[in-house]
Amino acid sequence: MSFLTAKRSGDKVRQTVGFNLLRGITILTVLPIIGLVAFIIIKGAPALNWEFLSTAPSNGMKAGGILPAIVGTLYLTLGTAVFSIPLGVAAGIYIAEYAQDNWLTRIIRIAIINLAGIPSVVYGLFGLGLFVLFLKFGTSILSASLTLSIMTLPVIISTTEEALRSVPNSFRVVSTSLGATRWQTIWRVILPQALPGIVTGIILGLERAAGETAPILFTGATFFLPLLPTSPLDATMALPYHIFVISTQVPGMPVSIQYGTVLVLLIFVLGMNLIATLIRNRARAKRLW
Amino acid sequence: MKPKRAVGDGIISAVIKICGYSSILFVALILFFLMREGLPALWDVKPSSLIQPRWYPIEGYFGLLPLVMGTLMVTLTATLIALPFGLGTAIFISEIAPNWVKVVLKPIIEILAGIPSVVLGFIGILVMVPLLRKFLDLPTGLTAFTGAVLLGLISIPTIVSVAEEALNTVPAGYRQAGLALGATRWQTIWGITIPAARSGILTAVMLGIGRSLGETMAVMMVTGNAAVIPAQWDSLFRPVRTMTATIASEMGEVATGSVHYEVLFLIGIILFLLSLAVNIAASAISTRQRKRADRILS
Amino acid sequence: MKKFIITDLSVRYSDNNESLRHIDLEIEANAITVLFGPAGGGKSTFLRVLNRLNDLADVDEMKGEVLFNGINILDKSIDPIALRRKIGMVFSRPVPLPLSIYENVAYGLRMAGERDKRKLDAAVENALRNAVLWDEVHDRLQDSGFAISGGQQQRLCLARVLALEPEVIMLDEPTSALDPVSTSKIEAQLTELKEKYTIILAPHSIQQGARMADFAAFFLMGEIIEYSSGQDMFLKPKDKRTQDYITGRFG
Repeated sequence: MSFLTAKRSGDKVRQTVGFNLLRGITILTVLPIIGLVAFIIIKGAPALNWEFLSTAPSNGMKAGGILPAIVGTLYLTLGTAVFSIPLGVAAGIYIAEYAQDNWLTRIIRIAIINLAGIPSVVYGLFGLGLFVLFLKFGTSILSASLTLSIMTLPVIISTTEEALRSVPNSFRVVSTSLGATRWQTIWRVILPQALPGIVTGIILGLERAAGETAPILFTGATFFLPLLPTSPLDATMALPYHIFVISTQVPGMPVSIQYGTVLVLLIFVLGMNLIATLIRNRARAKRLW
Repeated sequence: MKPKRAVGDGIISAVIKICGYSSILFVALILFFLMREGLPALWDVKPSSLIQPRWYPIEGYFGLLPLVMGTLMVTLTATLIALPFGLGTAIFISEIAPNWVKVVLKPIIEILAGIPSVVLGFIGILVMVPLLRKFLDLPTGLTAFTGAVLLGLISIPTIVSVAEEALNTVPAGYRQAGLALGATRWQTIWGITIPAARSGILTAVMLGIGRSLGETMAVMMVTGNAAVIPAQWDSLFRPVRTMTATIASEMGEVATGSVHYEVLFLIGIILFLLSLAVNIAASAISTRQRKRADRILS
Repeated sequence: MKKFIITDLSVRYSDNNESLRHIDLEIEANAITVLFGPAGGGKSTFLRVLNRLNDLADVDEMKGEVLFNGINILDKSIDPIALRRKIGMVFSRPVPLPLSIYENVAYGLRMAGERDKRKLDAAVENALRNAVLWDEVHDRLQDSGFAISGGQQQRLCLARVLALEPEVIMLDEPTSALDPVSTSKIEAQLTELKEKYTIILAPHSIQQGARMADFAAFFLMGEIIEYSSGQDMFLKPKDKRTQDYITGRFG
């Protein structure tokens, strides 16, 4: 019975080598990520204080705080939320609950895949052509938000659809058999159950919108703004654009301010990521079905 | 039953339906406005001059060749870099890593997915560029290679998550069958699991390519923006310019309606069509695979 | 009196599963009619025609006439929502809605527009008593519908239907997921309920069918092979196929 204890050395060695190779590749992939984030935190933390976050820049951006950029990013994120959430969730509800399996639905799906794949700078061109020039909204929070909203739509639509589909069909059947209309079923049973997934998707979509530069380059972002924006038709500073300019176009820019600004954006974006993950995990634990 | 409810219900259903069709509307709008501003370029510039190797708009040279080749070179290199790391990590997470490791690794990959590209470009400029200049003894660290490394990093999360999902979808029964036949786990992974997931993996690669294609800020910040045709053998380590970076850096300075303006929009149309092709190909692959699986499993 | 008169009913799904062919049947009021037969025979399809639930599914073809209280419910002018309040259904697996016990039972009434708290309270209590669940849950009506046992959940589903005060109660293998104690509780309840309601039951075993049937119809491959009183069907089946199925030669 020696074949039971004989070592299949060749295969075993290959496996160990292979496993370790993949382990090494994974470490090499993951290490830069951790290193990057740690590096930004270490270099940026010294610049973070209340003054930095609450005052405007001075001395040609080389000193002072970054309040206008923070406020601008908040406005843009809010603006994106206002347009993309109702439209995206409704579209997701349509595809998951109303649409039939025909060619029209297939075209809608292709359109969504398309929208998801369009390069962000092309969105910027589109925003320029439609909102800034054609509709004459000018370079403004409005134009930039609308542009970012359309860019965010596919994410919200897809996650809404997936969240709705994951709710068991038996609920729909039972609700209908008790005399509810399709919308009543959606509103009272399906949507509440899908809500955590939908909210997670919304947060992830907004997180991406907050960090994007190219779509706002020609539609709403400016570098030097003496006052905070007061209306949606004003242009605004924004963290991603600010980072871009101060790291490429401002000579003599203090490094600590650069890293500080980057850290602020990173905290904002990764904070949203964290919230979304917490919501998703908590919902999964509480699920009744 | 109250008629008022029926009317309210009908209105809501109509609104939802309109929202459902909206994505078609937006794609059409985007295409329309891109063409509205960009197609005139084909009249205002001799189409043959668009395939010239000189991009120097100030003097009226609108040759797109260096830009297209710059994009190709950076994207291809980025994919070559991202593939082994992305797929390797996906395989490791899906097939080899113990549960506690998975729980740690997946959020880290998600963090990378969430980092804005301008932040990566920033690190690229401040860290990678000087590093490359010193260690590879280059005149400048702003090269195609730098851009490719950043792009690779950016597309890794896409590749990892899609490939990992594809591997997860392979039924446990396949793996068990392999092991039951006396294969080692390693042999099972390469002989059974990966081939079974191959369309999902292919989709992951295509989506990764699509991601690289469309990236703007990071490349713009580190590739040096020299619109030359990368034809020399060491062009990878020289500055280069991509289509996306061209639009982003020059749009701010052109006069609306000028020829330069129109050509930039034309480049936008090209990018739109390119990413369209890649994404449709990716989804065609994944649908075909699903259909085949349904036939087998039902 | 005949509650339902079904004439030449044919139904075909787009995937050709479980279709019905030329069904003729009459359902007696205030009695338990049992529909039995092997899986895939069309019983579930048939039940879902009666409350127009297969409007939700991919139906290629539906022909024939289904008279309910003399009105053809297959007609396009019929409001299926109002119909479903009159013809209730209990499914084979208990499916509480993700709401409280109270809200589960009150669901149908709320969807119909009832807002009066006192009416809802009364209807909920009534329905839970009729489903023999009131004593067990009256002090925790706000608990989730999932927080009770399987047998209790199925009685909750029955209470949900009863709250709408339907005329007909259809049950598609209602006790297939339950233990014998819960099963006999529900069977006892149905026997009482037939005084007020017309009951159509697809049993999950022949024995259950034999226990419950006032009338019985044997479904095989989309057709009705035989229909007679409960006694006659299970003791003296006329058709050989019915005999073979009842004695267990196939199934």
